[in-house]
Amino acid sequence: MSVDKTTVAKIARLARINVPDERLEPLAAELNGILNWIAELDEVNTDNVEPLASVTGHALPMRDDVVTDGNRLDDVLSNVPEGASGFFVVPKVVE
Amino acid sequence: MSDLVTGRTGDWEVVIGLEVHAQVSSKAKLFSGASASFGSAPNENVSLVDAAMPGMLPVINRECVYQAIRTGLGLKAQINLTSVFDRKNYFYADLPQGYQISQFKDPIVGEGSLRIVMADGSTRDIGIERLHLEQDAGKSMHDQHPTKSYIDLNRTGVALMEIVSRPDMRSAAEAAAYVRKLRSILRYLGTCDGNMEEGSLRADVNVSVRRPGGPLGTRTETKNLNSLRFIQLAIDHEVARQIEIIEDGGTIDQETRLFDTATGATRTMRSKEDAHDYRYFPDPDLLPMIVTQDEVDALASALPELPDDIRDRLMGEYGLSAYDAAVITEERDTARYYEAASDGRDRKLVANWMTVELFGALNKSGKSLENCPITPEKLGELVGLISDGTISGRIAKDVFADMFETGKGAAAIVDEKGLKQVSDSGAIETLIDQVLAANQDKVDDYRGGKDKLFGFFVGQVMKESGGQANPGMVNQILRSKLDGA
Repeated sequence: MSVDKTTVAKIARLARINVPDERLEPLAAELNGILNWIAELDEVNTDNVEPLASVTGHALPMRDDVVTDGNRLDDVLSNVPEGASGFFVVPKVVE
Repeated sequence: MSDLVTGRTGDWEVVIGLEVHAQVSSKAKLFSGASASFGSAPNENVSLVDAAMPGMLPVINRECVYQAIRTGLGLKAQINLTSVFDRKNYFYADLPQGYQISQFKDPIVGEGSLRIVMADGSTRDIGIERLHLEQDAGKSMHDQHPTKSYIDLNRTGVALMEIVSRPDMRSAAEAAAYVRKLRSILRYLGTCDGNMEEGSLRADVNVSVRRPGGPLGTRTETKNLNSLRFIQLAIDHEVARQIEIIEDGGTIDQETRLFDTATGATRTMRSKEDAHDYRYFPDPDLLPMIVTQDEVDALASALPELPDDIRDRLMGEYGLSAYDAAVITEERDTARYYEAASDGRDRKLVANWMTVELFGALNKSGKSLENCPITPEKLGELVGLISDGTISGRIAKDVFADMFETGKGAAAIVDEKGLKQVSDSGAIETLIDQVLAANQDKVDDYRGGKDKLFGFFVGQVMKESGGQANPGMVNQILRSKLDGA
């Protein structure tokens, strides 16, 4: 598996990362280096092995249906560049 | 019943599949301890998990998982004891995490089915493909400021069930029947309040058209429809639009569309070429979710009787028509009302009075069964008076109107107003003799062959009696007097 310049540009756009054109080629080379290194794992025979989702062996912990949080407007809005009347305010995003 | 749509170049078959988002009824959110209630002040029900502050970890709400399982059981679906949460990545201002936690490859509920009943009483089974749990997003308001959007995260992280149907529906009416039935089951189970106006239940509609029996056409998806009427309008518009494009030699683009409630038309969403590239992957913050068969069995044994079971009982034991049974069982409260009203009475007659008179009166007055002035026992009493011949069906309508107005009992009103049906054959005979004497010319015409005048005589006698004569007896005595003499 390898990626080309076009794929790198697409991934960057999906991740909202601004990558200048001249960086696309070198970035593709770096990513391919990583992908090739990881591809060594393809040599391991994983027939009849269940995908491993966790090494801890724990089950997903669950909590009861009780309201224990909320009503902390100041905390929630403490980092906003702009707020008004308890809302986050952002540049207009409308379809 | 054919659901084919006729275009300029021949018939088309419509293929519809629905994705319904149903808000899980729970106190707290899916992965945080903030309240899931509706109508609070902006950002009041937001925890630092919902706001996606760095380092916050999601912990799942067990009750939301159980609600999803109950719903799966209600849809006669496979429950997956192991399921996995994935991240669905996209950027939007009301999604602070930058991803929605959802279930992609391994949903908690697999295949099931749901039976719909059409207006003509026919039934169809619609396949359910899957049901999975996911987070709701926040709410954006675009009308508060000329260049800004206002964001409220109260909905962010509230648990949703996405219920995906097979493309088994063939008309807008079937799609509406499907949503109505799904809503009914959810409300019986208590797993979603089904409130479409508040957005607790909303549907994305996938529509395509094809030549009957031909290969599937390209589909479009119209998003976020929050009423049965909009669902039907959007489908009808989409079907007409697609047929016209194809008949003009064009092709359908697979795309996401929006429904404009003002115009009743669908329109394409501003081009989002990457919109469907969600790059799902298992959420590393959440282990695979395991439930035990014991838990599932316990939930199954505590399920309430569901509309289909009650419907089968009403049709099988009480002999109700398929349609009446479907109407009565759509809401749990309606079914309960019916059971109470018809207990010990003529079951079919009670069903008639409920679906025609009672629902009509409720509709007209804008009331619901909850604040209905006529208790089930009183409706039963009224039907009892009809059954035992105390009053005629026609008089009963007046009594009903009075009951609805005043909340009084049926027998009390009949006594008070002296509405008892006259079943005394002597009294009826006297009335008939008077009517015949007053209309001797018509009696001659009748005997001369104008059979249709019989109805006129019945009408006159009933009128003379103030509607109180027993219509069966009037018919019988009149017949013998006119034909026998």
